[in-house]
Amino acid sequence: MAELLSMSGIDKAFAGVSALSGASLEIAPGEVHALIGQNGAGKSTLIKILTGVYRRDGGVVTFGGKDSVINSPREAQAAGIATIYQELNLVPLRSVTENVMMGYEPKRLGVFINWREAHRRTREILARFGIDIDVRAPLGSYSTAIQQLVAIARAVSLDARLVIMDEPTSSLDASEVEVLFGVVKGLREAGVSVLYVSHFLDELFEICDRVTTMRDGRTVDCRDIAGSTKLELIAAMLGRDADDIEQAGMTEFSGGTAGADLGEVLLTAENVTTGPRLTDFDMTLHRGEIIGLGGLLGAGRTEAARAIFGVDRLTGGRINVKGEASGLETPSAAIEAGFGYLTEDRKAEGIIPDMSVRENLTLALLPKLTKNGQIDRARERELVAHYIKALGIKTANMEQPIRELSGGNQQKVLLARWLAIDPDVLILDEPTRGVDVGAKREIQAIIRDSVAKGVGVILISSEFEEIVEGADRIIVLNEGRIVTELTNPGITEDALVRALAHTEGQAA
Amino acid sequence: MSTQDTELGARPTKTFEWGPFLRTNGGLVALAVILLFNIIVTPNFLQMQTLFVNISQVATIAIVAMGMTLVIATGGIDLSVGAIMALSGAMAPLIFMSEFGQANPALGITAAIVVPLIAALACGLFNGILVANLKVQPIIATLILFISGRGIAQVLTNGNLQTFSNPSFSYLGTGKVLGLPFQGWLAIAIACVLFWVMSRTIFGRYVLAVGGNERAAELSGGPVKRVKIGVYMICGVLSGLAGLIVVAINSASDAARNGNLMELDAIAAAVVGGALLQGGRAPIFGAILGAVIIQLVKYTLLANGVEDEVALIAKAIIILAAVYLQMARKE
Amino acid sequence: MLDTDAFDLRKYLSQNPQSVAVWVALVALILFGVLRYENFGGAYNFTSFLNYNSMFIIISVGMCFVIMTGGIDLSVGSVAAFTSVVAAYLSPYGLEVALPIAVLAGAAFGAINAFCIIVMRIPPFIATLATMLGAKGGALVISGAETISVDWGSNFTRMGMETALNILPWSIVLVGAVIVVLWFVLEKTTLGRTVLAIGGGADASVLMGLKVNRATAFVYLLSGACAGLAGVILASGFGAGQPLEGIGWELSAIASVVVGGTLLTGGMGSVTATVAGALLLGLVFNILNFENGRGTISFSAYWQMVIRGGFLFAVILFQARVTSGRAARKAQT
Repeated sequence: MAELLSMSGIDKAFAGVSALSGASLEIAPGEVHALIGQNGAGKSTLIKILTGVYRRDGGVVTFGGKDSVINSPREAQAAGIATIYQELNLVPLRSVTENVMMGYEPKRLGVFINWREAHRRTREILARFGIDIDVRAPLGSYSTAIQQLVAIARAVSLDARLVIMDEPTSSLDASEVEVLFGVVKGLREAGVSVLYVSHFLDELFEICDRVTTMRDGRTVDCRDIAGSTKLELIAAMLGRDADDIEQAGMTEFSGGTAGADLGEVLLTAENVTTGPRLTDFDMTLHRGEIIGLGGLLGAGRTEAARAIFGVDRLTGGRINVKGEASGLETPSAAIEAGFGYLTEDRKAEGIIPDMSVRENLTLALLPKLTKNGQIDRARERELVAHYIKALGIKTANMEQPIRELSGGNQQKVLLARWLAIDPDVLILDEPTRGVDVGAKREIQAIIRDSVAKGVGVILISSEFEEIVEGADRIIVLNEGRIVTELTNPGITEDALVRALAHTEGQAA
Repeated sequence: MSTQDTELGARPTKTFEWGPFLRTNGGLVALAVILLFNIIVTPNFLQMQTLFVNISQVATIAIVAMGMTLVIATGGIDLSVGAIMALSGAMAPLIFMSEFGQANPALGITAAIVVPLIAALACGLFNGILVANLKVQPIIATLILFISGRGIAQVLTNGNLQTFSNPSFSYLGTGKVLGLPFQGWLAIAIACVLFWVMSRTIFGRYVLAVGGNERAAELSGGPVKRVKIGVYMICGVLSGLAGLIVVAINSASDAARNGNLMELDAIAAAVVGGALLQGGRAPIFGAILGAVIIQLVKYTLLANGVEDEVALIAKAIIILAAVYLQMARKE
Repeated sequence: MLDTDAFDLRKYLSQNPQSVAVWVALVALILFGVLRYENFGGAYNFTSFLNYNSMFIIISVGMCFVIMTGGIDLSVGSVAAFTSVVAAYLSPYGLEVALPIAVLAGAAFGAINAFCIIVMRIPPFIATLATMLGAKGGALVISGAETISVDWGSNFTRMGMETALNILPWSIVLVGAVIVVLWFVLEKTTLGRTVLAIGGGADASVLMGLKVNRATAFVYLLSGACAGLAGVILASGFGAGQPLEGIGWELSAIASVVVGGTLLTGGMGSVTATVAGALLLGLVFNILNFENGRGTISFSAYWQMVIRGGFLFAVILFQARVTSGRAARKAQT
């Protein structure tokens, strides 16, 4: 059968950093095709090239047998490609009808929108999803799940030949997922192809025909879903043979220290709740201990970190610091109490791009570097020089703007920002994301050394080997709740994958 | 991989590139061009008198522009500076010409300077709270005082022009130190203090951090709200000071005209001086440079018989060019 | 199962109490005026009030479109001054020549704004600020900084000085007609809905395949054209092109738009409520005049600025509450 879509040799770089190199993807007519890969594997970039949001640097795209000349989302829609993006591409302030019909409104006299007809059609389309709501109300007044379904409804209503769904179920509950699956199956029967991107592997087995796996900007695997196992898919995503997955020694970490004498209790969290994304979270962190938070995207790991650091307000439960009830309501109070938080999104929440390495490094320490409002510059330089040397930060000099550094060196500067405050507790959210292999090991070594000095670390990582080998205990989260806890030594990637798979099974 | 990319991306040629040079040194180049033009074309340009006139006029723009630079450094903007000038300018004569002021001249003058500055500070506080605590967009938040600040000034003076003769107060605008206008020295002194604040103090560092990446600054313990309120207060008090100087220069307070369109001059000076509208940069001396350029353009056109009106168009082009160069640099 | 009873923004939006409140306040103020002052409801006050405010109404409506996209247009006041001069110069050729050309001149400034914003990617605030200065300078240059008397012999002054049916000034009739058309554009055309969508989320609008650049260009052209029309009314009503007028008009227009309940961040707005907002602000001034006329208290005219600012403050406080509610919700989901 001729493929509906064929992409091959796709290259794309952002500011010199390669996001895709030689990626490919083929989708047959009437096929539900899954696209999987870890964060940063290049799935979203590939989709945005297909839909004309980004221009490709190289490669060939054919759609419906012809060379594709799609240069904008509008042209993609006109060509028959409808997309539901991961971040909702809707306008919450406008009505449901407008969000479904925008750009395709039924007209009177060719000019004036026939709102009555528009509302009617919208109701009709939504009815296929089992939704019966006031379509005149602003979309933003409905829950995220409904907004998600409205986005899907819009895409489906455009008479597309290919519907792209990027994480469509991430905010749906089980029964809503069933509705969505019914729609996907209906599309397949109507001969429409679906490109289905999801982190929830169980779903793929239920509705997909084939699955393409991406890793580090490359397409590494494409197979029929029938006859595949979940472990195989995970192994392809991680880039290891399923058989080798238990092999140790991938990181600078050396497994758990559990059983050794635990130090003083630094932090306890009891029933901590900040909303549906984090409910009844419990944890005890000791000096010199690494606790890993395991789970897939959106499981509540980052939310736990934010709650502990005082970014999100608690709606329930409490956090004790060194045995005392803490009032960590702001990040600055948390820093005062000896907490450091290396955020997941380095660009948006970490670096201050135009500031120098020196200024970035001492940002959290500033209050302690200051006398009568004036910064002690001699001490500042001394400290910065110390950390640049100690962490092996590659920079021309400490006055170089941090944006000019490589990802790994930026990350080291941010790590140094927190080490400089001499922390008791370090919360590290994806500390090695987007850094090269060498820097990865160096960062892991830095973490190991701080733990040896008595720092308690909360480690979040999508790199399985990192938490498997690094953490003394792993708290596995799913949908904002703790599902199980694993203790080192004895944790294997296999065991973690099984724990995750198990939780997924429960959720679906 | 990335090193390879940069090597490939680097241009092998060594020809002089005008674009980047103009972007980084545009202000100085512009200043040089204007000066050169004047020396050649404008009659009697190289005279003490010219210098004196220009300094006495540029000082107020420069003082306000420095405050504006701090606000812009946090990613904000302050439209109310002109209105605050009018307000503080209107208050001063009311105070030293009051019965109390007449009876206690020394105290009266002190109060006539301190009280308006406190009022200006309060205006800045008001702006800052709206922006920082209520999260109102800076343009809109400062629009309130832009509209009503001048109104309050006019209500206070009943719309009358207040003329006075008070040498000690007028010193602010007409005094000389080492043969140059007092307010010029004042502007330089303020610039030095602000430069010190921005480069040496924790407040300055936080201002740049908030403008550079607000979320990162907050997550690193930066007091984002207090910093924002702080810059609006500084901008407010500097505007108040500029208002007093204008009144002192004229020996008269006209609430309708004092500081009129100053917000535009100040923004233009800040931007020409290198302030990024997105925030994160606070070139204090750049603001002075920007103010000087704007003043000189005005002066050049005027001295060569071009109407004041055309100067407005020139100013518009300067602003557009400066921001356009900024945008190009950012991408 | 499907959670439909989320927070109260829905109630706010579906009923939009602010827009309702503007009308209620307007009616209340009119009632107050009619009951308190003898001549308030008289034909003279009615006519002159509408005539004077028609300029502000049309500028506010143009501004409303710009603000709905999340932009701002600071140039409207000076553009109106500029076009009033253009119209005055052209007045000997009659309204049928002066009006369209002056409006086109206004739209030309809008085109400059659109070019700077869309092509050069300069923030709307700065781009329109520059045009404001440029138009002001242009007005002073072409007029020689003097008011330009119109040709009283032609039909030019009819629009600003005569009335239809002896009660409605022609200016307000024309403005009313434009507003009806614009209401249709906003409520009934894809273009209008795109304007709202851009303000609600520019990136989302691009991803939805909407013609974002076209709609953005439209609002700035429209705002310029509206300012152009206001300039014609100005010249026609006062018998002269006024190069020095228009200072602060942009802010009055923004205030009217905001008082009318249009979200400053864009994405939500109403033409009718903007008209009500402009009328309300004008009426405050009108009533102050009457109050002074009674002589019981003496409010100087300067109070109107203070009161306008106060109005704006109140509305912003109100909007800040609503939007922070939405932000809180966003953070939750």
